[in-house]
Amino acid sequence: MNCFLGIDLGSTTTKAVLLAEDGSILGRGITNSRSNYDLAAKVARTEAYVTARFGLLRAEVVRAAGEPVLTHLLLAFRTEQTLRQLERLGVHLLEDLERAIPADRRAAVREAVEHILARLAAEEEAWFADPAREARSDFFRDVAASGYMRIAEQVSEAGGPSFDTLVGLFDKCILKVENEPMELGFQEHIPAALRRIGSPEAVALGVERATNAALEERNGVGTGYGRARLPFPKEQIRSEILCHGLGAHAMFPGTRTVLDIGGQDTKAIQVDGSGIVVSFQMNDRCAAGCGRYLGYIADEMNIGLHELGPLAQSSNRPARINSTCTVFAGAELRERLGLGEKREDILAGLHRAVILRAMSLLARSGGVQDEFTFTGGVAKNQAAVKALVRLIDENYGQRKLNISPESIYTGALGAAIFALRDVRPDVH
Amino acid sequence: MLLQKEMIGAHFDRLERAPETGEKVVYTFVPGNLTELIRSFGALPLLPEINALQSGMRQKSRGYIAEAEKLGHSEDVCTYVKCDIGMAKTGNIGPTGTRLPKPDLLLLSYTGCYTFMKWFELLREEYDCPTVFLHVPYQGDGEITPEQREYMVRQLRDTVIPALEQVTGRRYDEDRFKEALRRSGRMEDDLVRVLQSAKRRPSPIDSYFGGVYYIGPIFSSFRGTPEGEEYYRTLREEVDERAALGWGPETPSGRLDRQKYRLVVEGPPNWTSFNDFWKMFSDEGACVVASTYTKVGGTYDLGFRHDAGDPLGTSADYCGGCYTNRNLPGRIDMLVDYVREYAADGFLINSVKSCNSFSAGQLLILREVEKRTGIPGGFIESDLVDPRYFSAANIKNRLESYLQMIDARKAGAAGEVHAK
Repeated sequence: MNCFLGIDLGSTTTKAVLLAEDGSILGRGITNSRSNYDLAAKVARTEAYVTARFGLLRAEVVRAAGEPVLTHLLLAFRTEQTLRQLERLGVHLLEDLERAIPADRRAAVREAVEHILARLAAEEEAWFADPAREARSDFFRDVAASGYMRIAEQVSEAGGPSFDTLVGLFDKCILKVENEPMELGFQEHIPAALRRIGSPEAVALGVERATNAALEERNGVGTGYGRARLPFPKEQIRSEILCHGLGAHAMFPGTRTVLDIGGQDTKAIQVDGSGIVVSFQMNDRCAAGCGRYLGYIADEMNIGLHELGPLAQSSNRPARINSTCTVFAGAELRERLGLGEKREDILAGLHRAVILRAMSLLARSGGVQDEFTFTGGVAKNQAAVKALVRLIDENYGQRKLNISPESIYTGALGAAIFALRDVRPDVH
Repeated sequence: MLLQKEMIGAHFDRLERAPETGEKVVYTFVPGNLTELIRSFGALPLLPEINALQSGMRQKSRGYIAEAEKLGHSEDVCTYVKCDIGMAKTGNIGPTGTRLPKPDLLLLSYTGCYTFMKWFELLREEYDCPTVFLHVPYQGDGEITPEQREYMVRQLRDTVIPALEQVTGRRYDEDRFKEALRRSGRMEDDLVRVLQSAKRRPSPIDSYFGGVYYIGPIFSSFRGTPEGEEYYRTLREEVDERAALGWGPETPSGRLDRQKYRLVVEGPPNWTSFNDFWKMFSDEGACVVASTYTKVGGTYDLGFRHDAGDPLGTSADYCGGCYTNRNLPGRIDMLVDYVREYAADGFLINSVKSCNSFSAGQLLILREVEKRTGIPGGFIESDLVDPRYFSAANIKNRLESYLQMIDARKAGAAGEVHAK
């Protein structure tokens, strides 16, 4: 089967989308961006192939064994991938401590690290096996860090090596794990995943077919902040503005205006009926009012990023905040808290300030046409969406607003469509 | 290029020696400059904004701006002004490394930019020298009326000429002035021929990045001079020769024969990263075929020529017709004509933070030109000489996105034709 890859190398995450020749989505992958851009792209690509192969076996396995078995198999696969990464983390930690820790303390540190690793592995197996598991980050780095820190703290409180020593080792080694090539693909881990669920006879055929299916990558296009670093020739690199425009069009064909608020930039894009960009504006000279602004505010208030929106939404009297300078906003936040203003009111005001800045870009790019598609990490924040809807209504009248749960893949999807069109200009 | 370097070098040497030789120095600005008149009194023109842009190109502006900010000029003040003030306060060493003389006269002959007026107010404070002021009415209705022209002529006759006479101790010599104006007319013919060579495919010149070199002598101190006339004759011959050979312009990416995009550009360039900025264009195969910036010192391609038959009247016409003195509809007309006459694939605005004369209304210009030409416009933002406002990654991203947008639209249009 011919397939076409789009990769969006963003400042925070790297996304990949794999398309079939008819333009349908075969698979998607995402990972956190890291210093080794090639590798981030490779990991996202591998993930897209993993989901593509799971897509291929899906119908067969569900028919032969039922939906729960498919879910079970997928979780088993994820467990294998995670254990593989933990194993590499362990190898680095044990190697590093031999060099970094003085001989008189080495045995104690080694014992502590081995203990943490064993518990981490056990916890991971338990988490994947738990039907009531709590939601968490999709990235190994976050999962490993939070588990490691928690266990390390307990170990050190119980008289083990100091927390700083243990964390210092982790910080160095997680970077090594992230930046070394590692096989996390379908073929590598599906046999172990099958064994983990007891190798049921009914799924063997589907798995075998998916494993052996020839997925031939005919073309790939890269985009995003780090696109110049992607291992693609120049003709296969496209601006994220074009890719976002086309991706949004593919998700919602009625789209005429796209707003993307990402970690470090905000883009207002106007597209025609074919998804081709006709005008755009993006933040210049500074990244005030982008996604990172909200991240900073969450840090300042010591709450999680995902808690910001709900808290702001509970406000009845949003504060008037005009500054989108991230640092000034932090100061304003503290001052207003000191004056006794409510957290939710201040937060609602901050969300409005972010959206006001986006409104200015939208106006300069040509306004807000119907339909309007909102993408990027900030589109997941309900308080931001609420502020946006209100301001659009006031300034332009009612517009149909589209937000896809898969909006993070918009740029990668656009890139994949470009990859497909480069080879098959007739497919739309 | 070598010839230009020699000319400018000799001019600055002469300026440095002026305090000993007794030659008088007149500070004035590019738009509406009265070079022929100044020189007919044997005085030497010196143009502060040219010094500022040169300081930007030589990576000196950051320090000069910091110096001016220390003196109390805010971050929002035009960076040409701050660069000039900072230079004056740190030894006044000019672009060729020579010391610049103090002015004997500040001649403000274009007032459409109010910052110019404030700038000279600061310099007057600094140098305590005579100041003369020619008020040029703005072309609010798209033309200079006979009354406005007469108003300028009267100021030239009654205010500007007497001031020059007083400072230089010479009488107004109309024959000498006319001779220079005749030379100016010939230089202007040559310049227009060079600029219009960009209508060819491939264009033998880049009309923005290369263009700023071509306008250098005529916009600064050499209009109406024998060496200026020689320069433009040589330039015209060189460009004719390149055109005959089918060569593109020399760019930071080499000779650009394969011109993938023909662009019209509005707004001044960025000077602190001039070559990097140009390279972003040339690496993509983008050649600028027409620009408005190359008309700030005169809109010769619209037909104006200095006319020795009416020396004061022609000077008034010249001052009133500079690009930044034109109203928004006039600027839009020019851009629309450029897009059509030069068969451009796109047009791009470089909006600079420092200059309201240029930047105010630019988005409106963009939308209107888009509407009338059917071609999408691009928009990038930077500054003249403050390196803090040149974000290379951001500008490159916008430029590449814009060029790819042109590609996508061309491909889309081709597809539509195909389908029909």
